[in-house]
Amino acid sequence: MLELTDYNVAYGQSDVIRNMNLSVGDEEIVAVLGRNGMGKTTLMKSLIGMIPSKSGTVALNGVDLVPLQSYERVGAGVGFVPQGRMIFSTMTVKENIETGLTSTGKNDIPEDLYVMFPVLKEMQHRRGGNLSGGQQQQLAIARALASNPSVLLLDEPTEGIQPSIIKEMARTLRTIRDQRKLSIIVSEQVLSFALDVADRILVIEKGNIVLDVPVEEADQATITRYLSV
Amino acid sequence: MFADYTMTELTSIFAMQGFAGLTLFSVFVLMALGLAIIFGQMGVINMAHGEFMILGAYTTYLTSNVFSSYLPESLYSLYFFVALILAFLAAGALGAFIEWAMIRHLYKRPLDTLLATWGLSLIMQQLYRTIFGPREVGVTLPDWLMGSIALTDMVEIPINGLFVMAITLVVAVGVGLTMQKSRLGKQTRAVVQNRPMASAVGINTARVDRLTFALGCGIAGIAGAAFTMIGSTGPTSGQLYIVDTFLVVVFGGASSLVGTIASAFTISQAQSTMEFFLSGSMAKVLTLLVVVGILMLRPQGLFSLKIRK
Repeated sequence: MLELTDYNVAYGQSDVIRNMNLSVGDEEIVAVLGRNGMGKTTLMKSLIGMIPSKSGTVALNGVDLVPLQSYERVGAGVGFVPQGRMIFSTMTVKENIETGLTSTGKNDIPEDLYVMFPVLKEMQHRRGGNLSGGQQQQLAIARALASNPSVLLLDEPTEGIQPSIIKEMARTLRTIRDQRKLSIIVSEQVLSFALDVADRILVIEKGNIVLDVPVEEADQATITRYLSV
Repeated sequence: MFADYTMTELTSIFAMQGFAGLTLFSVFVLMALGLAIIFGQMGVINMAHGEFMILGAYTTYLTSNVFSSYLPESLYSLYFFVALILAFLAAGALGAFIEWAMIRHLYKRPLDTLLATWGLSLIMQQLYRTIFGPREVGVTLPDWLMGSIALTDMVEIPINGLFVMAITLVVAVGVGLTMQKSRLGKQTRAVVQNRPMASAVGINTARVDRLTFALGCGIAGIAGAAFTMIGSTGPTSGQLYIVDTFLVVVFGGASSLVGTIASAFTISQAQSTMEFFLSGSMAKVLTLLVVVGILMLRPQGLFSLKIRK
């Protein structure tokens, strides 16, 4: 499904992602854990094409993503929910979701998105900027799903969200995976959420994968050691 | 200054100057709508906007010449509608080309855009001078646009002014609907808010930029076509309007189309009424002083959206 080979990303001379090799399977949910500054956000941003990669390849279902611009990657099947959600705050909820439809060429929001996030239907004429953090997160996910991605990237989705809603979000993401048969890569700092949502846990440190285990075999103590400063 | 006039005279002076102001308002709105899209939405200061307007005016002039020389006289009364479409297309096409050739390389360098478009405006002025000559040209209005409607003995409303206002209304509503409802409008607003994110939800931002710029220039072309109804066209006519138009856009709040219209109304009415009683430059000084004062109190302009920051 999604294959990274010898993948490198750098800001000028400083390498952030170093020779990363990663393979994400069909309908797999992978959580990428790591401390601040270890390259989680850089990895996500480079996969959607906001930051160029230095070398190596990324292939999604056999399509090479490296030469593509962000919007072309969306067309190829990548969906992106950025850190801080980045919804279009002056546009209404409905319009926000509609921007996600661009690559599909459709005009109408598929009803199943509203079924999944009923609160967005209720608030469809409100400006995105006036929603609460949790609602904005749902909106950002709905916007990404509108383009019918085959892999969904989420960068720190739990940041600034109430603990009670975090539990629910893990459930929602698994439901999305089951219904839409897509793969999900989620970067996280909250271990409990990662254990709730993922099939497989990765820990990255200094731009390299240092731990790669199925969630059943994940040992909390080991991972916590990687995450603690 | 009011002492020399009787009450009825004053009323009719205000009415007629008010109407003259409305015609000026129409040209302002048409110019400012294009500029508000380009400046407010894309952040590009297009100093050549006036020259795009004049391109529309010359297109109208050429169309009227073609109609009067080659087509039967009965069709002449319709030339303006053809000219309007041609002016939009000509200015829009040139806008798309300029965006591709020049502007897109300068998005991250706003000051360079200012200089580059200023240079462009000089080049275009010289081109007009070379092609059409330095003398101002005018179009012959078809019969149905001539004359005026006499409301009272002293108040007369010119028909061409009414017609320009009607065009403005149609264009303003059209632009409003385009920006609010159409796919291009939504994509433009998304790109304006957050360019990298717009691309990351699947919007081809380069294409949106080109279409937006072309649309803004095309509307300037329509402004030029309307301009031929009320004034004659020369190579530098556009420059007279560009400063006022920027004033309108900044005063109205750069990202709000309603604000643009409201501020165009205020500024044109103030100028037109004061010009009658004071000298033209005094009227301008007063207008600028008031605008500067208001902008010091409200730097975001008259209208701005209320959202969480």
